[in-house]
Amino acid sequence: MWLEGEISNLRAPGSGHLYCTLKDDSSQIRAVIFRSAAVRLRFGLEDGLHVIARGRVTVYEPRGECQVILEHVEPKGRGALQLAFEQLKNRLAVEGLFDQERKRPLPAFPRKIGIVTSLTGAAVQDMLTVLHRRCPILGIIIVPVQVQGEGSAEQIASAIRSLNESDHVDVIIVGRGGGSAEDLWSFNEEVVVRAIVASHVPVVSAVGHETDITLADFAADVRAPTPSAAAEAVAPVLREVVGRLADLTTRCTQAMTLRCAEEHQRLELILAQIASIRFRILQEAQRVDGAVVQMRQAVQGVLKRGWKKVQFIKHELVTRSPGSQVLHGMAVVPHLRSRLVGVMQYGLERRMQKAYTCLASLHNLSPLAILGRGYSIVETVSTHQVIRDASQVSVGQGVLARLAEGQLHCTVNKIVKDPSV
Amino acid sequence: MAGAKFEQAMARLEAIVGELEKGDLPLDESLKIFEEGIRLSKNCLKVLEEAERKVEVLVQDKNGKKQLRAFSADDDDTQGSDSGS
Repeated sequence: MWLEGEISNLRAPGSGHLYCTLKDDSSQIRAVIFRSAAVRLRFGLEDGLHVIARGRVTVYEPRGECQVILEHVEPKGRGALQLAFEQLKNRLAVEGLFDQERKRPLPAFPRKIGIVTSLTGAAVQDMLTVLHRRCPILGIIIVPVQVQGEGSAEQIASAIRSLNESDHVDVIIVGRGGGSAEDLWSFNEEVVVRAIVASHVPVVSAVGHETDITLADFAADVRAPTPSAAAEAVAPVLREVVGRLADLTTRCTQAMTLRCAEEHQRLELILAQIASIRFRILQEAQRVDGAVVQMRQAVQGVLKRGWKKVQFIKHELVTRSPGSQVLHGMAVVPHLRSRLVGVMQYGLERRMQKAYTCLASLHNLSPLAILGRGYSIVETVSTHQVIRDASQVSVGQGVLARLAEGQLHCTVNKIVKDPSV
Repeated sequence: MAGAKFEQAMARLEAIVGELEKGDLPLDESLKIFEEGIRLSKNCLKVLEEAERKVEVLVQDKNGKKQLRAFSADDDDTQGSDSGS
């Protein structure tokens, strides 16, 4: 039998069986979904969900109640897959797995690309074609997986993990070609979503066609509408990269060359300035040289004049030297001496003559000469006093009378005081 | 990863070219970054020249050991029956 109604009072004990009440506006009945049926449900049951269910009515004897055992349940008005998709999307969204902040930019120049897809079908060939056309030097690692059917989600998740482990790829494409919603379902599986989120290599999703959107697309760093578009998104155009590199290299060299030319020009300018300064210095040096010559000549002139003056003065000195006068004087001395001697001799002779004359006169005047004329000199014997007065002697006294020739010792006999006698 | 290094090198090269074209740096600085730029350019070219250019397939052998083998066009249809398109 088929029933339609709203789920309420849903309970899920550990046994895995689900219990609820199925009701509509006017009636309700208890319902149970045994575990074997529950695991086949693509979506999760929740209170308020409007469902169409197939089942059979039984009696739960311990309580004596009627209940319906449901074998198949699907949401009313939309597909079970659609519902499951939305339920999982909401759940994972709450965890933040689809947040924009989680999205990483794709590397601009990947060297190696990992592709998780099926080896059969056009998708892998499309991607290889585009990758090779854009960038023939790319390394590519394909991890072949089943992209639909039993176990495919696990394979996809495991392949993403393998590429992360190998650590050799710069970006991963996860995808497949178009198919029915059922065919694409693996890319809505939680395990795939979590593997994409956990990847430390950026992931590009490329599932089906433009209009197909999967949870893998929400989780991926970049969602490409098709596998070919994913290849376009990850692979740079080698020609452009090479062109850009060449352009940068050329510009680098050109800029440096230009700079060097500018510096060279500046250097030339400075050298020219130095040359002109050097020229001026040479000119100045020449002037200095000229001045030095003039100065030397001037000094020499002064010196020469001075020297001449010195010579003159020296000559004057020599000529006026007292030495010559001395010499001159010395020459005069013998003459003067001979003159002196002459004069002296003459004077001497004259004076001798005079002396002789005087002597002769003197002789005439001498007492001896007087004695010669008969006079005598009487003097005391004892004292040799010349006796000029008779009173000087007494009678009996001896006196000495000097004669011209010889002496007479006499004795006074008589004293006569009168001279006239 | 080498890819990231290549990106950094290109970005640095771009910055160097910009700096050189502005011409504000002193000559010795300019020469230094010029040399760096030429070195980066050579390295980038080397990276491009030495790229692997290989398409490989990561497969698991019977013992569950993963290994790489070269991809060939025959790989089509050898894997399962699922259809990609």
